[in-house]
Formats: sequence, C-alpha cells, structure tokens
Amino acid sequence: MKHFTFVRLSFALPILFLVGCAANSNNPVADELPQARDPLSTSFKALGQAGLERLQQDDTQRICSEYEGRELPTDLMMAIIKSSTDSVVFPADGNFMGDWETGKKIAETGTGLQSNDDPSIPNGGNCYACHQMAPDEFAYGTLGLPLVNYGKLRGTSEAILKYTWTRLWNSHAYNACSHMPRFGANGVLSEQQLKDVMAFLFDPKSPVNKEVAVQ
Amino acid sequence: MKIFGYILITLIASVPPHLAKAEEDIFAEYRAMFGDDSPAVLVEMDGEALWSAPGGEKNVSLETCDLGLGPGVVDGAYAQLPRYFSDTDKVMDLETRLLWCMETIQGMDTFELHDRPFSEQGSAQTALEQLSAFIAARSNGVQINVPQGHPKEVEAFESGRRLFNFRAGPHDFSCATCHSQDGKRIRLQSLLQLNDPKGAKQSFSTWPAYRISQGPFELLNGEWPTAPDNKDSRAGLWIRVCN
Ligand code: HEC
Ligand code: HEC
Repeated sequence: MKHFTFVRLSFALPILFLVGCAANSNNPVADELPQARDPLSTSFKALGQAGLERLQQDDTQRICSEYEGRELPTDLMMAIIKSSTDSVVFPADGNFMGDWETGKKIAETGTGLQSNDDPSIPNGGNCYACHQMAPDEFAYGTLGLPLVNYGKLRGTSEAILKYTWTRLWNSHAYNACSHMPRFGANGVLSEQQLKDVMAFLFDPKSPVNKEVAVQ
Repeated sequence: MKIFGYILITLIASVPPHLAKAEEDIFAEYRAMFGDDSPAVLVEMDGEALWSAPGGEKNVSLETCDLGLGPGVVDGAYAQLPRYFSDTDKVMDLETRLLWCMETIQGMDTFELHDRPFSEQGSAQTALEQLSAFIAARSNGVQINVPQGHPKEVEAFESGRRLFNFRAGPHDFSCATCHSQDGKRIRLQSLLQLNDPKGAKQSFSTWPAYRISQGPFELLNGEWPTAPDNKDSRAGLWIRVCN
C-alpha cells in the first residue's frame, strides 16, 4: 500500500470518514493504477477518531475508485471477489443468530466512526439509510435492495445464513465494488452486533418478517 | 453535509409515516427557496456592500478584482468559475480568487478567513460567504459554462472526477456511492445524481445555497475536499463542468 505524504494540513472536512484497513491482495495489476493525489493530502487534518490513515486506500477501495461506474476487467474482479471471500470470519460458535431487538436498534442507528462521535459508544449499522426492512418503517433509503420479509422469504438454511453473513461481513464477495459497506471486514460492527442484525433479518418475531399490510 | 445529513436523517426517522410524503415535498420545495424572499438575499446585500467598501492596508475596494471576465466584471462571472488565471498560473474557484484579490488588491489580512472560511451553525456569515452570495446571484439565469481550454483546467477536471470516485474509510464511501444513480434516497432524503448534467445543474445553479439541514448559508466549498487556500479547486470544477 502506498502512503500519502501530508505536506500541509489546512481544513478539517470530516466528509470522508475513512480508515485504511482490511484485505490487501498484493495484486500486481492493482499496483499499476494511479492514486488519487494531493488535494486529499492538503485538505484534511485529523480530527477526533478520524485520523489521516483513513485517506489510505486498500486495494479494493483503490480498484473500485478507479473503475467506479465501469465494468472491472475479469482479473481484477476475480481478485476482489477472492480476497473478499477470504476475509470473511464466520461466528466461532457456529451460531448466526443474536437478539433481533438489539439488531433493530443497530439497523436504525446511523452514528459511529465520525470525528464527532464518541468512540466508546458502539457503532450503528445505518441499514435503513439504504434498505427497506420492517414494512411499517417508512423512512428507508433506496440505494440497496428492499429487505422486507427477508427471513420469511428466504428461510434459514445454512446456505442462506452463510450468504447473508458474508454480505454483511464483506459484500464484495458477491459483487466486486458493491456499494454496501464492509461491516465485518472493516470492523464497523462486532461479531455480536452482526448476529443481532442477522436476528433482525431472520427471526420470525422480528418486524422485518411481519405481514405486509395489504393496501 | 459535514455529517452527511445525518442530523436530518435522524429528524426524518422520527416523522410519523403518514407525514412522510409531506416531508418529501418539503425537500423538493427547499430547492426552490432561492427566490426573493430567501434569507440568502440579505446575505447578498451584505456582500454587495462589502464588494464596494474600501478596506485592507491599501484602503481600496474589491471593485477592480478580476473574476475571469475582466477587472470588476461581476455579471456572469460565477457561471464560468472555477477557471485558469494567468496572473497566478492556477485554476481558482470563486472563494480562492476572492481571497487572492483581498490579499493583493486590498492588502487585507486574510488569516482568519483562511482559518475559518465558513460560518458555523447559528453564527454570522463570513465575509467570504457574503461576497460569494452577491457574486453568485449576479449569475442568476446565466448558463453554466466552466472553461476547459487550458491544460490546467483539464487537469483540474480530471482530478475532480477522481476525487468524486475516491472510496476510502471504514464505510468505503465516495461521493459516487450516494450520487451516481438517479432517483435514489438516503432514508427519506432524495439524492441528486451529480455525475449527470441534469442533477449537477440542479445542484450547481442553486449554490451557494440556503440549506435546511445546516446553518443558514453554506458555500459549496465547505462541503468538498477542497479548501479556499488549496492549489486548485477540483471536485467543484468537475461537477460544474458536467453542465
Ligand atoms: C450505503 C448503502 C448500504 C448500507 C448502509 C447497507 N447496505 Fe445492504 N446493500 C446495499 C446494496 C447497494 C446492496 C446490493 C448489493 C450488491 O449488489 O452489491 C445491498 C445488499 C444487501 C443484502 C443482500 C440482499 C439480497 O437480496 O441478496 C443484505 C442481506 C443487506 N444488504 C443487508 C444490510 C444490512 C443488514 C445493513 C446494515 C447493517 C446494510 N445492508 C447496510 C447497500 C447498503
Ligand atoms: C452517505 C451518503 C452521501 C455521500 C457519501 C455523499 N453525499 Fe452528498 N448528499 C447526501 C445527502 C443525504 C444530501 C442532502 C443533504 C442535505 O440537504 O444536507 C447530499 C447533498 C449533497 C449536495 C447538495 C445537493 C443539492 O441539494 O443541491 C452536494 C453538492 C453533494 N451532496 C456533494 C457531495 C460530494 C462532493 C460528496 C463526496 C465528497 C458527497 N456529496 C458524498 C449524501 C451523501
């Protein structure tokens, strides 16, 4: 990973709340891509927990930035899918399901990791920013797919549990350059929080799986 | 936007469902809030007074400042910014250029403005905000036409495009995450597709703008990873050029 040299730091713009972390694939093709340059290194200063290391991209971020909106060449796509799949850590106790009520709060909460957030408070998942979930919650975004009745429609087979866990851990395992944050791989949500979110998606008592009201 | 509209998102989250539709209409309406009764008009008037007021060590006004269309020409200047200026050999946006004029023409000490170019919520507008409001308003109705004739202007455009797509941080976000599709929303808040002329124009023709989710007045620059004392103003340029 290349590092930026921070020549002069002027303004705090906590727009990009970034952290360099996660998988490096050591892909030679990726290394040839140019890096975004100095405006970043001259326009930011560290603020609170948002340190300047957040400006360092890992390979996935770098490749996806370079090809944003365009189709990836197959070798890069395969490299991202492989490193993302390899990054997934399944629950040590083999149990995917936590508490749906806690999961509901995580899905609703948008705070965490910004410079002005208290790092001792657990991060939110902010799922509603992008997904429709419980059918009676109207304030949902549309960047992601609707997840209404997720568990009811998909069941709870081992395969679907693993698929969903992987989506949450590192969505690029299924779709290289996915727009969904890598909640597990980037350490946004803890293993227990991911289990709680899983329960929110799958538990038959969770509002996500309530009857959809007929209009 | 410094906090990505999360304040607003939190607000919206507590809106009862039957009001949700009404809320959405409000967002559509707020873009139309730039007419005569917009609070921005007062800021523009302050800016106009500032433009012609003598100041700085040399005790002269900014009226000879060249915003790209010749010394003192304000009408239509904002619609062609950012652009290359040969006297500085740099691509400059409105705010950068204003600071430069204050320093060189007026001999003004701009340290404080560099340090705090934009007002915080609830506090008074900075001189930069007032001047920008006045100048931008004098491009109302003018076709946005950001020059791309100089190599440095092309370079700034390319750099802006790169910045727009730069993904980083724990959420892997770039501007494109939220602004590269038409008709999408975050919670209930509609997002403009800014890498498309239609969306970009909708946003740019209404900047500097009155925002609902932030203080009364905010400059575009405050929202971007560029700063007035930056070498050039790239992200802004890229999107403005889309028009
Ligand atoms: C910034 C937007 C964003 C956020 C925040 C987000 N997602 Fe997603 N999500 C997406 C997108 C976009 C997709 C479609 C994925 C793709 O093709 O890459 C997706 C896909 C999914 C899928 C797979 C859906 C399917 O039908 O296979 C699941 C499950 C999911 N998200 C759950 C969640 C949960 C739970 C959270 C919060 C912890 C969350 N998402 C937060 C954007 C987001
Ligand atoms: C996580 C989602 C998200 C990301 C990432 C994001 N934005 Fe936004 N953007 C929003 C939302 C929500 C609004 C409306 C907020 C408001 O009114 O305050 C918005 C508003 C804007 C506007 C004003 C549009 C108008 O209404 O005229 C501009 C310009 C803008 N964003 C540019 C950017 C740029 C440049 C970046 C990257 C540096 C960026 N955005 C990244 C969500 C996002």
